[in-house]
Amino acid sequence: MVQFALNHAWLVPLLPALAFVIIVFLTRPWPRVSSTVSIAAIFSSFVLASSIAYGVFTNPGFIEKPLEYSLRWFGMEGFTVKVGVLLDPTSTMMLFMVSMVAALIQIYSTGYMEGDPQYSVFFSYLSLFAASMLGLVISSNLLQMFVMWELVGLCSFLLIGFYTFKISAREAAKKAFMTTRIGDFGMLLGLLFLQIIFGTLDLTELAQRVPAFEQFGISLGLLTLIAILVFIGPIGKSGQFPLHVWLPDAMEGPTPVSALIHAATMVVAGVYLVGRTLFLFAEVPGAMEVVAFIGAFTALFAATIALTQREIKRILAYSTVSQLGYMMLALGVGSLSAGMFHLWTHAFFKALMFLGAGSVLHALHNKADVWDMGGLIKKMPITGWTFVIGGLAIAGIPPFAGFWSKDEILAVTLQYATHGHSLGYVLFFMATFTAFLTAFYMWRMIFLTFFGKEKPENHPHESPRSMTFPLIVLAGFATLGGLIGTPWANYWSKWIHFGQPHHGEPSIGLMLLSVFLGVAGIGLAYIFYYKDEEKLRVKQLAERYQTLYKISFNKYYVDELYLWFTRTVVDAGAKVLYWFDIHVVDGIIDGMAGFTKVSGRGLRYLQTGKLQTYALVFFLAVLVITVVLAFGNPTSAGILGGGK
Amino acid sequence: MATGLNPSYFIALSAALFAIGLYGAISRKNAIAVLIAIELMLTAVNINLVAFNKFLTPEAFIGQIFAIFVITVAAAEVGLGLAIVIAIYRNRKSVNLDDFDWMKW
Repeated sequence: MVQFALNHAWLVPLLPALAFVIIVFLTRPWPRVSSTVSIAAIFSSFVLASSIAYGVFTNPGFIEKPLEYSLRWFGMEGFTVKVGVLLDPTSTMMLFMVSMVAALIQIYSTGYMEGDPQYSVFFSYLSLFAASMLGLVISSNLLQMFVMWELVGLCSFLLIGFYTFKISAREAAKKAFMTTRIGDFGMLLGLLFLQIIFGTLDLTELAQRVPAFEQFGISLGLLTLIAILVFIGPIGKSGQFPLHVWLPDAMEGPTPVSALIHAATMVVAGVYLVGRTLFLFAEVPGAMEVVAFIGAFTALFAATIALTQREIKRILAYSTVSQLGYMMLALGVGSLSAGMFHLWTHAFFKALMFLGAGSVLHALHNKADVWDMGGLIKKMPITGWTFVIGGLAIAGIPPFAGFWSKDEILAVTLQYATHGHSLGYVLFFMATFTAFLTAFYMWRMIFLTFFGKEKPENHPHESPRSMTFPLIVLAGFATLGGLIGTPWANYWSKWIHFGQPHHGEPSIGLMLLSVFLGVAGIGLAYIFYYKDEEKLRVKQLAERYQTLYKISFNKYYVDELYLWFTRTVVDAGAKVLYWFDIHVVDGIIDGMAGFTKVSGRGLRYLQTGKLQTYALVFFLAVLVITVVLAFGNPTSAGILGGGK
Repeated sequence: MATGLNPSYFIALSAALFAIGLYGAISRKNAIAVLIAIELMLTAVNINLVAFNKFLTPEAFIGQIFAIFVITVAAAEVGLGLAIVIAIYRNRKSVNLDDFDWMKW
C-alpha cells in the first residue's frame, strides 16, 4: 500500500479532479450523490496521502533524496516541459494537511450547505479546488506549479462569488481574481527569467543551478530582481501587503470556502511557493530582507486592523493575513522549518475557527457582527469550546499548537538578529508586538461572541453533527499538532528544513516572553470585553483616540487609496488612450474603409449587369491583345505569352 | 479538291460571318437573336477549322472532327440557352436583354 501510494502520488490530486468531472457531467441533479462522490474522492486522497506520509516519514533517505518522477508534457528544440511529482518531507506534509483539512471541510459543508439549490455545484468546485491545490503541492517544476496556481485562483474566484445573486459576492470574486492576477503577472515574469537564464523550471535542477548563477552570466542584481518578481506572486496569493485587500473581501463566499481558502488551499500556496524556491531567495540577501520585512510588516499591519473590525469572519480574515505575514517572516529569515511549521499549525486552528464562525453564522442566520452576539457558549458548547481551543492556539498559549510554531518563528528571528542582521531586531519587535495584538483581538472576538450576556433576540442552537465532527477533529490537531516541533524534541526541523537542520535553541526566556504576551493580550481582552459588561472603557478609548480608531476600522484606507488611484490615474490614462483609440486608431481604420467605400461607389457603375456590354469589353480586350501580339515588339509579346 | 480555290476565300467568309455574328451578339436586344448570332460565330469557326484541315493536313481529319465536336456542343448550348430564355420569359414576360439586368449593383 505504501509503495503503491508513493509510486502513484499523482492519484492524490487526480481523484478530486475526477470527482469534479463526475459531478459536473453526471450527478449534478442529485445533491446527496454529488457530495458523496466528492467526499469519497477527497477521503481516498487523504488515505493515499497518509500512506505517502507514512512512507516518507519512516525513511530518512527522503530528506536528502526526494522521490521524483515525471513525464514529458510538451516541448520543442532545447525546451522541454515535464509534468511530474516531487515528494519530499515538505510536500508530503502539505499533501497530508491539505487533503485532511479539505476532507473535513467537505464533511462540514454537507451540513452547512444543506438545502442550497447549488449544492452539487458547490461540491464540484470544492473538489476542483482541492485537486488544484494538491496538484500544486506535488508539482516537480515551476510551470506545472504555475498552472495549478492559476487553477487555484480560478476556483477561489468561483467559490468567493458562489452566491451569484449577491452583488458584493460578485465584486469580491472579481477583486480577488484581479488582485491576485497582478501578483501572478510578476511571478510569470520571474519564471520566464528563470527559464531563459537557467534553461529549466524543474525544481531540483534549478536548486542545483541557481547557486552557481555567476556561471550563467548574470549578476547578483538581476538575480535579486528575479527573486523579487517571483515573490510578487506570493504577495498576491498569500495576501501580503500591499496586495492583501482581496482576502478580507473573500469572506463573501460561503464559510467553508473561507475556511478552505484561509487554512488549506489558496493563501498558503504563496508561502509554499516561497518555501519551494527558497534556494533562489537564499542566494540573494536583498530579496530575503524584502520577504522578511514584508512578512513582518503585514503581520503587524493586519493585526492592527483586526483590532477594530466588527464582523466575525473579517476579524478572522485579518488574522489570517497577519499569520501569513509570520510565515513569510520565518521564510525571510531563512527558516523553512519555522515557516512550514506555522503553516501546519495555522491550517488546523484557522480552519477550526473559520468553521466555528460558520457554525455561529449558521445558528444566527448570518448575523455577522460580533457586537450583536454574546453568551453563545451556553447554547453551542461544542462550537464554543473548540473555538476557545483555536483561540488559545493562535494566542500562543502552551501546549496548544500555535505556541510552538510562533515561538519557533520568534526564536529564528532573534537568531537572525543576533547573527549580524540589525534589521532582525526590528522584525523581532514587530513579531512580538503582533503576538500580543493577536491574542488581544482574538479574545476580544471570543469574549464578545461566546461569553458575556446573551442577547434575547438571538436564538442560537448547536449545529448538526456533520458540522461539529470536523470541529472536534481540528480542535484535536490544534491542541496536539504542535508537539512534534517542540524545541526539546524537534522532529519537525529534522525533517523539514532548508540548508542545515536548525531550530531555535530552547530558550526559556523567549518562551516566557511569548506566553506573557499571549496571556497579557487575553487578559486585556478579558478586562475590556468581559469584566466591563457595558464595554464603557473601550468605548471611551475609541472616543478618545477617534482618529486611530477610524484609521484601523477603515483598514488604513488602502481600499480607498486604490479606488482613488483607479479613479484618477488609471481613468485619466484610459481617457487619453480612449481618445487615441477613437481618433487615431479608428481614424486609420475608418479612413481605409471610407476609401474602399468611395472607390467602390464609383467603380460599381462599371458593372451594368448587361451581358452585351461585358461581351463588347471582352472582345475589345482580345482585339487589343491580338494587335499587340501581331504587330508589337518582341518584348511586349513576351510579356503577353506569345512571341515564340 | 477543286483547284483555284484559295484559302483566303474561306478565311474571308469565316471572318465576315464571325464579324456579323459578333455584331449581332453585341447589338441585338432580342435574346433569341443573340443566340442565333452566337451560332453564326460558331459556324465561322467551323468553316475555319474545316478549311485549314483541307489545306494544311489533307490526310488527317483533326479539323473535321473538331468541327463535329463544336457542332455537338453548340447544339447543347443552344438547347440550354433557349431553356434559360424561356425560364426568364416566364418570369419577366420579356426576351429583351435590357430587362436581364439582375447582376448589376
